[in-house]
Amino acid sequence: MSATATEIETLPAVHYLNVNYGWRSWLFTTDHKRIAWLYLVAVTFFFCVGGLAATLMRLNLIEPQGALVEPSTYNRLFTLHGLVMIFFFLAPSIPAVLGNFLIPLMIGARDLAFPRLNLLSWYIFMLGGAVFLYSTLSGGVDTGWTFYTPLSTTYANSSVMSAAMGVFISGFSSILTGLNFIVTIHKMRAPGLTWFRLPLFLWSMYATSIIFILAMPVIAITMVLLMLERFLHVGIFDPALGGDPILFQHLFWFFGHPEVYVLVLPAMGVVSELVATFSRKRIFGYSFVAFSSVGIAALSFLVWGHHMFVSGQSIYTGLIFSAFSFMVAIPSAVKVFNWTATLYKGSISFDAPMLYALGFIGLFTMGGLTGLFLASIAIDIHVHDTYFIVAHFHFIMVGGAVMGYLGGIHYWWPKMTGRMYPQNWARLSALLIFVGFNLTFGPQFILGYYGMPRRYAVYPPEFQVLNVMSSAGASILAIGYFIPLIYLIWSARYGPIAGPNPWGAKGLEWTTASPPPSENFEVIPIVTEEAYAYGAKS
Amino acid sequence: MQAEPTMHFINASNWATQWQHLFYFLMAVSVFFSILIFGLIFYFAIKYRRRFKDEIPEQIEGNLALEVTWTLIPVGLCIVMFVWASGLYVRYSIPPKGSTEIFVIGRQWMWKVQHAEGVQEINELHVPAGVPIKLTMTSQDVIHDFAVPAFRIKRDVLPGRYTSEWFTPTKTGRFHLFCDQYCGTSHSSMVGWVIVMEPTDYSRWLGGSVVNKSMADMGAEIYTRYGCDTCHSTGAGPPFAGLYGSVVKLTDGQTVKADDAYIRDCILTPASQRVAGYPPIMPTFQGQLEEEQILQLTAYIKSLASTESQERRATKQ
Repeated sequence: MSATATEIETLPAVHYLNVNYGWRSWLFTTDHKRIAWLYLVAVTFFFCVGGLAATLMRLNLIEPQGALVEPSTYNRLFTLHGLVMIFFFLAPSIPAVLGNFLIPLMIGARDLAFPRLNLLSWYIFMLGGAVFLYSTLSGGVDTGWTFYTPLSTTYANSSVMSAAMGVFISGFSSILTGLNFIVTIHKMRAPGLTWFRLPLFLWSMYATSIIFILAMPVIAITMVLLMLERFLHVGIFDPALGGDPILFQHLFWFFGHPEVYVLVLPAMGVVSELVATFSRKRIFGYSFVAFSSVGIAALSFLVWGHHMFVSGQSIYTGLIFSAFSFMVAIPSAVKVFNWTATLYKGSISFDAPMLYALGFIGLFTMGGLTGLFLASIAIDIHVHDTYFIVAHFHFIMVGGAVMGYLGGIHYWWPKMTGRMYPQNWARLSALLIFVGFNLTFGPQFILGYYGMPRRYAVYPPEFQVLNVMSSAGASILAIGYFIPLIYLIWSARYGPIAGPNPWGAKGLEWTTASPPPSENFEVIPIVTEEAYAYGAKS
Repeated sequence: MQAEPTMHFINASNWATQWQHLFYFLMAVSVFFSILIFGLIFYFAIKYRRRFKDEIPEQIEGNLALEVTWTLIPVGLCIVMFVWASGLYVRYSIPPKGSTEIFVIGRQWMWKVQHAEGVQEINELHVPAGVPIKLTMTSQDVIHDFAVPAFRIKRDVLPGRYTSEWFTPTKTGRFHLFCDQYCGTSHSSMVGWVIVMEPTDYSRWLGGSVVNKSMADMGAEIYTRYGCDTCHSTGAGPPFAGLYGSVVKLTDGQTVKADDAYIRDCILTPASQRVAGYPPIMPTFQGQLEEEQILQLTAYIKSLASTESQERRATKQ
């Protein structure tokens, strides 16, 4: 902890958390910092729902014939898990919680460009979530999160309509958030804060916002078409009605693949901040890292066909999408190399956020390298739709996005609450998550290599050993996720006072009080140096 | 539980060994970069750990030469992977001429297999070793996927159209057959076995079946039962002799190749592809014919493609 922490032993007298009280002051707030808390509570709830579904799935898979539930229930569980985690946890996690809290603080502004629109986004998100939860309580959905047609439109006898409606509604929340972020980053930067002085977290938020605005309307359109066919039997996707089932997959993945980068780009931004702070160094090759975010965002719209290598698309279509998929690996690799090079000759400390960041780099590297197997179209033919895919995207989304999210929460928690959590408990949970994660998803790569298909409620007995290993790993992972829930809540009330800049970090958010005042800064700062100017006198 | 996982995961087709070589190359690249990156992270993290509280290290902007290097090396490796994998994929996508064609129909939740000789199977596929096999597949309801891990093959099975995949089995034995595309409640029970036999055993198996009608024979029966002959054998509709594989001229001036997909479309949606020179009187058979019957009719029309194959049919009968 830096010297400033010892000078200030009390919280500021008035800050955004105690400026007023009562449920109205929260549910009608337009303060971006309080809206971030509204999102934090909501996504934590949805994470628990999705996690519970995953727990039941892993328990069921201990026995080849299913230890717990019928296949029809199992199918509902993995659909619930996928939909909740993608649309109601991962997509809003870093952008809507950390992005909301930090963008104005990082650019030296008093709020986002459209504070009331920001609150509206949260209400739209909650409405979508409520409609989706209704679909779960009214019997659940058993189509998989991908809603493939004509299964979803003609054959499934479950609550497809309300689930699709929930996804449709929640998308507008992301569109409005993306719009708000783009305008804010363009128009509200403090004097002197040029584009190339922006922290890399903001570059990744900017790239994410662009994807929100371009991809979310596509899933909205797709859900409308799906509902039209299911409810009114308009022939769009079902060949029996004159439709084309592959058309659905094109539409869905044109949204779906950029969506994957919506989940991981923000985490890359967080990791750039963490690596810089905990090595006390500027990010190696700042402009390469910044432009690789934009490059990934652009290429993400050109790779959707790699989800359809075995769907019967033409040979040449397959080859083109394979080539684009290899191209997206390059900017991802550039990021990993630059983060690693940032450590070189740094001053590295091992506080909990840094452990999450290093864990992210390792797991993202594994996820990225296995992505090369899937881009290699001949290899993909065997491992497509097997546990290899399941393992690969969990390395990116859990090993990547969730590690980044938790690292970010631990890094900015003292800023959000003004108090510090117990470091050793946090280090322990980071370690448990890393170990538990590898034990859960490592065996799934081998299962997929042997050809075990995904979404199987029952499976041939020779796959049991690896499935039991995976379930055992998941129990360690669950403990790792549970511990922070306890010490973070505890620390918000009883933790030691953190002070404005407990990590000795650069960045405008660390120049104001912790927790910040409602208006963020008493005086709008003037920026005279680049991001991560650790060598400069402060 | 003690059945070893590799038992059904051997290299049992012409693809398997080639797939394995490419896989090992990718593994080698992955292991190299994993060790490089993890090694550097560990080394830097220990060597450059913070020595005292207010330590400020020397600042480094970046290094253009390094950036170019670690961009170009991955680019080069990606090109090698792309070319290698794509070559394999293109060969995988084009079945060799003279492959033995077997027909597969997926439905919730079973596999139906039909051999040209007329034998039908459920959730099992018998094939001879050493012979290229082409599967022509379609679905009666939702999307399925015909995957055989021991052969390293997989292709979606779609309603309303034909997809195909091919392989040459190289080892005899029983191998897992999985539906790999989620298809509803009992998706995980839509499994079966591929049984690879020595060619002589296979012929014995085919001949030992009670069925003695080939697919084309069954198609010929449908041809008369549904009254197709009233037009197509009288000149009121296009004749079928020599049709299969030929180029057909349509009323709108377009030309199409008369393949399986064309014949299927003509039976189900005749209005979409009117043949030039004939009145538009062909009714649709949508909902009247099963997918098997369409395949049998197609086999019959195919058997009329050339006199040579007609003779072969005649001698067999």
